[in-house]
Formats: sequence, structure tokens, C-alpha cells
Amino acid sequence: MAKFQISRRKFLTGASLGASGIMLSGCDAFDSQLSVGSSLRSFLENANGLTYRTQRLLAGRDALAPEFTEADIRQPQRPNGVTAPDDDTYKGLLANNFADWRLEVSGLVEKPLSLTREQLQNMPSRTQITRHDCVEGWSCIAKWTGTPLSLVLDQAVVKPQARYVMFHCLDTIDRSLSGDIKYYGSIDLIDARHPQTILAYGLNGKPLPVENGAPLRVRVERQLGYKMPKYLYKIELVDGFATVGGGRGGYWEDNGYDWYGGI
Amino acid sequence: MESVARSQSAADPGASASNDKTLIYRQSRWTRLTHWLWAISLFFMLLSGLQIFNARPQLYIGKESGFDYNNTIFAIGAENTDTGPRGYTEIFGRRFDTTGVLGWSGPAGQETSRAFPSWATIPSYYDLGTARVIHFFFAWILTTTLIVWLVASTVNGHLRRDLAPRLDDLKRLPQDIIAHARLKFHHTREYNTLQKMAYGGVLFVLLPLMIITGLAMSPSMNSVLPFLNDLLGGRQTARTIHFTVMVLLVAFFIVHILMILAAGPINELRSIITGWYRTDPPAQDDKNVERSA
Repeated sequence: MAKFQISRRKFLTGASLGASGIMLSGCDAFDSQLSVGSSLRSFLENANGLTYRTQRLLAGRDALAPEFTEADIRQPQRPNGVTAPDDDTYKGLLANNFADWRLEVSGLVEKPLSLTREQLQNMPSRTQITRHDCVEGWSCIAKWTGTPLSLVLDQAVVKPQARYVMFHCLDTIDRSLSGDIKYYGSIDLIDARHPQTILAYGLNGKPLPVENGAPLRVRVERQLGYKMPKYLYKIELVDGFATVGGGRGGYWEDNGYDWYGGI
Repeated sequence: MESVARSQSAADPGASASNDKTLIYRQSRWTRLTHWLWAISLFFMLLSGLQIFNARPQLYIGKESGFDYNNTIFAIGAENTDTGPRGYTEIFGRRFDTTGVLGWSGPAGQETSRAFPSWATIPSYYDLGTARVIHFFFAWILTTTLIVWLVASTVNGHLRRDLAPRLDDLKRLPQDIIAHARLKFHHTREYNTLQKMAYGGVLFVLLPLMIITGLAMSPSMNSVLPFLNDLLGGRQTARTIHFTVMVLLVAFFIVHILMILAAGPINELRSIITGWYRTDPPAQDDKNVERSA
């Protein structure tokens, strides 16, 4: 049998044919099976559950997100998502410098609360210099000051059947046939009680600006930016979120993002 | 070439003595299985990864992304010019026109501003959430496969026998480079030096680095392994390394395919599907004849 020797011409022909085959394969072949709710999508999303449980197992309750120094703050916090809510309610509250704004704490709690900004600011505060990681891939380091969420939860006395904290916001993120969709999101009680989880009213030593979520936003430092709602007005303790919005636990989750957002 | 000594494989005792090529069992089932699991997961991870990159088509050096200062070393974008929109790619401040592929692409008349073109991403349309689902699903497959392969290859001797570098490898490196440049390969059971470097580099350097930089980008994993980003130079540097390793893996893939085509695609494919590989007889003028099967 003759030794297999490929000529240069054959080699180049074969190589370019192979390369064009790869190009032609295209990627729209998978498009139709990937929408939220499809069976292939749901199968692939099982990995999100595995990722979440693994992160929970490894990070536990109290492992802290890295904190940085003043020298690491080199620019203003980059705003994202809605940066100037056009909602009348919000604009009315802003016009009055949020004097009429209240944070409602309701749902599965023994003592529902309605807190003013002063009341929140008079509670013990925590200041942390942390890195904000957006799901898109960028990061920005800033100093956040706020009330630990655990203190607010303790004051409201969470009922044992509560499992999640649902955040309701004043900003309209999207419009649908059934009306405006206000931003909302949820975290579980382990992250809600994490020492770095704060309701932030201060940014880089100043009051929280509108573009970053005034008067109050969430900081959940071990998760991605979309888990930290801005323009907060209501915290609801729930035992599940299947009946809220699209049922996946948040505005972006309803649009296909994973619920935990830890990676 | 015709007058060289005949070789006969123990695995193929029935081969005719006049047959100067011998089928040998080269790749274990573990090597074959993990090879194809990697091929599938790397395909999906690449195309979903390019989609994820499209959400922020810039790479930075440091802990964060510079918005008020410049630490961008790579960017893909689109800009308006007198002759219409153009796509560009900027590397270390040097700008290249990449219209049609990077920055500005699509069917004629329907071009859009997107970093990587739709034929290179899954899904083809912009959908960060779906790309993330696919990326992390296959990240689990890839990582699990790497661990399975490492255990199996330690147990069955593949690591020690086929991949571990030997002094001899260094000696034959020059002639290996010449052989590859001439596209003339001597088919033996053993990997040659360049193969060992390529496979070892992918399995022990590039893939582990990909996993480590992937974990370093996770805010949740940062609380478990806070030293990772300190070692890597910050989260945005980790992201830049992640992207760079992707480019190296794509380069490996292209060379890998070209070498298979050059070395005989039927024989190479048979060995990675069935395990059986046809070797050349040991050549007398080959100083490394003792290394042949």
C-alpha cells in the first residue's frame, strides 16, 4: 500500500472546503428552540440550578465580597438601566426631595412597616467600597452607604414561612399590552440577611443620585447588577414568586436571565 | 521508503508481512469520549461566549472598566463616516476597518451594529440571557469532562505514556518543526513533540486558565476565592485573559484541523472515533525509530 501523501494543492483545497463548511454551518439553526419556556431551553436551564446550589454550598451565608480602598474609586458609579424615571409618581416624589417617599415592608411579616428616609438613615449604617459587576461584563468600584437589610427585616419580624424578599420599584422598565412594567426583583433570605446586603441611600459620600436609584437601592454584593433594584419603594416578604410578573422572580429573569445571578 | 523493515503490531497479528502499514489501537475509549465532549462543549461555549462579549465589546486591564479614564485595550464598534457606517476593531489604540465582519455586519442592506456577526453567535440575534444559559450549561460539561479525563488518563497511563515530556522530545523538536512545515508526517503510536506541546498546552494550561478566569468573573465566587482576582490582576484583566485564551483555543482548533487534513483525515478520524490508527513502518533514516510502534 502506498504511503498516504497529500499534495500541497489537495491540502489547501481540503482546508478551504473545511473552513467554508464551518462558516456555512451558521448559528441560526438553534434560534427557534431557545425562547423562554421551550423544552430545550428549560433543559439547559437545569444547569442554572446546579450553579446556584454550588455557589450556595461554597459561599455559605457569610463569605464576604471583596472590599476595596478609597484609592480604587477612580470615577463616578456608572448608571445603567433606567437612569431618569419618567413616572409621574416618581417625579412627584423627586420634586419634593422624597419627603413624601416611604419604604413599605409588607407581606409575610408580623409588623408591616412604613419608613421615611430619615428613619432609615437613623438606623445603624454600613459603608462598603465594592465592585459593581454588570451582567454585560463591565465593572465599576464605588462606596455605598446604607441600612443593613437584616435590621429592617428584624424590625418587621419575618414570619417563618417567608422564603424570599421581593423588591418593588418606582421606575417603568418596559411597556406591554397589559400596561407598564415596573422593575422588580427578588433574592432569598440568606442573601437578604448577608452582612453586606444594604439598602443604600449614599454613594461615594453623597446622597444617592437619581441615575443610580435615588432615594433607595439594593446592594447585594455577591451577585450581578440586575439583582440590585433601584428606585425602591416596597419590600414584600413572600413564600414564592410564581404569581408575580412572568413568574421567574424578576423583570430580567422574566426575560431570560438566571434568577441567582452569581456568575 | 519501500525497502524499510516491515513492522507488525501485536494488536494486529493477522496483518500480512508484506503490508508495510499496521493498524494499532492508539486512543482509549476515555480519550475518544472526552475528545468529542470537549469538541461539542467548546463549539457551544465559543459561540455563546461571542454573544456574551457582544453585550460589552470592550476589554480592559485592571479591577474595573474605565469610563472616566482609559484602560481599554481592545474594542469592537461601529462609527458613522462620510461613506456610511463602518465597523472597526481597535487593538491597543490601533484602529482597523473590519466592516462586514466585526462591528458592522449583516445581510446587504440590513447591516446592524454588532461586535461579532450573527453567524458567529448563538443565538444569532442579540440575546445575552440565552447565551449565558448555554455558556454555563456547557461550562459544567467541559469542566466535568476535564476532570474525568484527568482521572482516566492518570489511571490508564495515557498521561505518563503519551503526554509527559521527555528529554528526547527536546532533541527531536527541530526535526518535528521541519516535518510539520513540510506537511510530511511519520505516523507512529507516539505523539511527536509539537503534538505533546499543543495537547498539553490546551489541557493543562488553556482549559484550566479558562475555568479559573471564568470563576474569577463571578461575584459569588469572588467571596469564596477572593485571592483569584488579586493573582490575575483584577476582574477586568481576568475577563481580558478569558477572551485571549479563547483566541488561542480557536487558533489551536484551526491548526488542529489543518494538521488532521495534512496528516490524513481518514486515518486521524478513525483513531479518534474507533481508536485504531494506521502507523507507518519505522524509517531507517529516522533517528527516532525506536520511538515508533
